[in-house]
Amino acid sequence: MPDLDTGKYALFIWPAFAVTALGFAWMIADTLARARRWKAQVERLSGKAGQ
Amino acid sequence: MFAFLANPDRFMAFSRWAAPMFGVLAGGLMMVGLWLGFAAPEDYQQGDTVRMMFIHVPASWLALFVYLCLGVASFLSLVFRHALADAAAKAAAPLGAVFTALALITGSLWGKPMWGTWWVWDARLTSVLVLFLFYLGYIALRAAMDDETKGGRAAAILALVGLVNLPIVKFSVDWWNSLHQGASVFRAEGPAMTNDYLIPLLLMGLGYMAAFGSLWLVRIRAEVWRRKAMVLALKAAEA
Repeated sequence: MPDLDTGKYALFIWPAFAVTALGFAWMIADTLARARRWKAQVERLSGKAGQ
Repeated sequence: MFAFLANPDRFMAFSRWAAPMFGVLAGGLMMVGLWLGFAAPEDYQQGDTVRMMFIHVPASWLALFVYLCLGVASFLSLVFRHALADAAAKAAAPLGAVFTALALITGSLWGKPMWGTWWVWDARLTSVLVLFLFYLGYIALRAAMDDETKGGRAAAILALVGLVNLPIVKFSVDWWNSLHQGASVFRAEGPAMTNDYLIPLLLMGLGYMAAFGSLWLVRIRAEVWRRKAMVLALKAAEA
């Protein structure tokens, strides 16, 4: 079973995991936001061109 | 493979199912890797800080691997003037910068309790910092030029120059005295750790790799859409 008690090193270990989680959260959020934004833009402009 | 994916329509069809598949794979691998990582025994010398290895080492591997992808894509973009290769290079840079920043920050948090210092100007740490600066330079150079094509070419040349730094990062611990430990996984004599640590480390490494694969594909798709939107907007303005 995993042991989450990191003892006297907790002040170093958990910030490292927190920073990593933040890094991944930013990469996922920024990537999805870009993809959604430009896909919507293409759909909007394609719709205009079709009119 | 390159020739197959060089066609934007084929790439969009491939990445539509490959990106979510890699994403799910990354989530699964990292969950199992973290579970096993925290179930592994404390290291007899490093105690619980050894658990930082499961996030620090994969981030360092990806910092190098993503730069290699950036270099190859830049080379293909410069030589063959292929728009998709240029989009791939542009999409890789911010991800590589984040992985490198994570390697530096988690390494510093590991270094303080083990070495007694947050930072030391030795060859490994300094060459990774230089790698981070190459990523930032690539992003800044692209953003600094109004002409996207010229900006892409200038940044591609910078990316190729930065490739020289990759063997320096990798072999810095062998070539110079360093506080940083030597290679412990990819070495001629085999890994220098037991399976208790090696298996979760490799699972996390594969998880990071799959996460990068997924995010890279989505970012390239976004760049393809952005360029398409630019062309459509130009056509609409001309009409």
